[in-house]
Amino acid sequence: MTLAALTRPWEPMSYGFLDASAKRELRRKMLKAIAVPGCQMPYASREVPMARGWGTGGLQVTLTLLRPSSVVKVIDQGADDSVNAASIRSFLTKVSGARETWDTLEATIIQSRHRIPEERLRADQVLVLQVPNPEPLRPVQPDMSVARQMHADADYGRLWLVLYEQIVRSGRIMEGAAYPALVNGRHVMTPSPIPRWDVPKLHMAPHLTFLSAGREKRLHAVPPFTRVEPLVFSDVPYQVEDHANLTCHRSGVSGYFMNEIPQGDGTSRFELSDSHLGIKAIRRAEGAAMAVGPTWYDGKLPR
Amino acid sequence: MTAALALEPPQLMTTPPLLTLRGVSRRYGDVIALQDVSATVYPAEVLGIVGESGSGKSTLLRMMHLEDSPDSGDYRLALPGLSGNLFDLDRFARRMLRATRIGIVYQNPHQGLLMSHTSSGNVAERLLIAGERSFGALRARARDALDASEFPLERMDARPIELSGGMQQRVQLAKAIALEPALLLLDEPTTGLDVSVQALVLDTLKRLQRDRAITMVIVSHDLGVIRTMADRVMVMRRGRVVEEGLADQVFQDPQHAYTQQLVHAKL
Repeated sequence: MTLAALTRPWEPMSYGFLDASAKRELRRKMLKAIAVPGCQMPYASREVPMARGWGTGGLQVTLTLLRPSSVVKVIDQGADDSVNAASIRSFLTKVSGARETWDTLEATIIQSRHRIPEERLRADQVLVLQVPNPEPLRPVQPDMSVARQMHADADYGRLWLVLYEQIVRSGRIMEGAAYPALVNGRHVMTPSPIPRWDVPKLHMAPHLTFLSAGREKRLHAVPPFTRVEPLVFSDVPYQVEDHANLTCHRSGVSGYFMNEIPQGDGTSRFELSDSHLGIKAIRRAEGAAMAVGPTWYDGKLPR
Repeated sequence: MTAALALEPPQLMTTPPLLTLRGVSRRYGDVIALQDVSATVYPAEVLGIVGESGSGKSTLLRMMHLEDSPDSGDYRLALPGLSGNLFDLDRFARRMLRATRIGIVYQNPHQGLLMSHTSSGNVAERLLIAGERSFGALRARARDALDASEFPLERMDARPIELSGGMQQRVQLAKAIALEPALLLLDEPTTGLDVSVQALVLDTLKRLQRDRAITMVIVSHDLGVIRTMADRVMVMRRGRVVEEGLADQVFQDPQHAYTQQLVHAKL
């Protein structure tokens, strides 16, 4: 018996890019995060071949979760074809052998920045959100050690204070993205850059969601079937963007979250933010057989 | 005739004190801040604490506000649901007690107010901590509290940083009384204000005390403030209570040499 027979053959890098101990640490932190929904767990954010702030947190979680049989979808601002999404996706498939897809229904892992797909996610899918700032209390308490104490005490009055002052100043709640939400009745999280439109999609969702911030070295999770309640006043209802009546100029569908595209003549046109849903709608109109899953707001939005 | 004589002797009125502080001592390194200080405050009474700078009066007020723990001592508030030494409470229980039952006005408004938030928001924060979640109720109650502290309501959504010193103190006061606290602590509430504004703020305090029968502890180095406000006075020096008594009595007939000096040193 030689020493070589007892060891694994040399590999240029470990599977899924991160070394085994890094993935082990991440898995433990992810389990902890699932055990205490919405509670931020610190982790040792590793170097990945991408600048901090470009989705390194989400990337590390995805790398840890990947298997050769995984099917991975990456969204940036709702689109699969933007530079950031395309490069993250090609990196993920290159280091793991996983298959890539644009189709929400087909994916097993969805890494996203800004959006939760419009098609409902299933229990066998995992959503990984890249989060720039995981601390909802940062705007009201710059001292992070005090902020952690406030989390421990469930002392979230000041977050309501911010909403109170927005109503006083502007007559409505101005928090368009990063809307604070109470998870499982205990911890407030900021599902940072996702729009208000997407926050209710996390409430009692069948899928598992990870929110990971690489620069801030913190991750938190929303396990399946967990209450996610946006902070609201009892007499001011939670409102999402009024996009129900907008129609996508490319696919002609309406009732979803739209991107506004300003035109040269001062008007603006709208197109579906979830780009692949738009592609599906166009293909279907052309006669191709495309499966479109049920969407979150089917029939629930006031028109 | 005989029936009148058969009357039982009347019972004495005994009101238990609201606040009882016994044997409180606190050292900071070699500095003795408080040594064996005891205090009693009865409901709806105003206790004034006078003394020179460094006499331990503010430290004592901080203890009453449960911001700090003494080396030894016993602190009780006769409130429903509270028993035992309050210094034994943990941080969370202290915070809830502070938030719901005790109001405080600091000398420096920066200590008591969120300067980057609106004045009404500052008051609303107290209500939010206590669990109020209706915007309409928050707005109405903040307005009422600001009105009660005679704050000009047209400026209720201005940030405290934009307001004058007297107005900032009124916001602090509104914040302190918003939840109808059992105990109101005032730490040099009018120091740093000019004399006319000082008189107005004292007027407001006096009226609030009369209308709502709030129990107050007021700390000041200004004998005039104490004379106007307090029913009973405690004179402190070097961490000890040197004299205690009814306000008139202490000011008319000071017993302790230091108190005599203090009363006569008044300009």
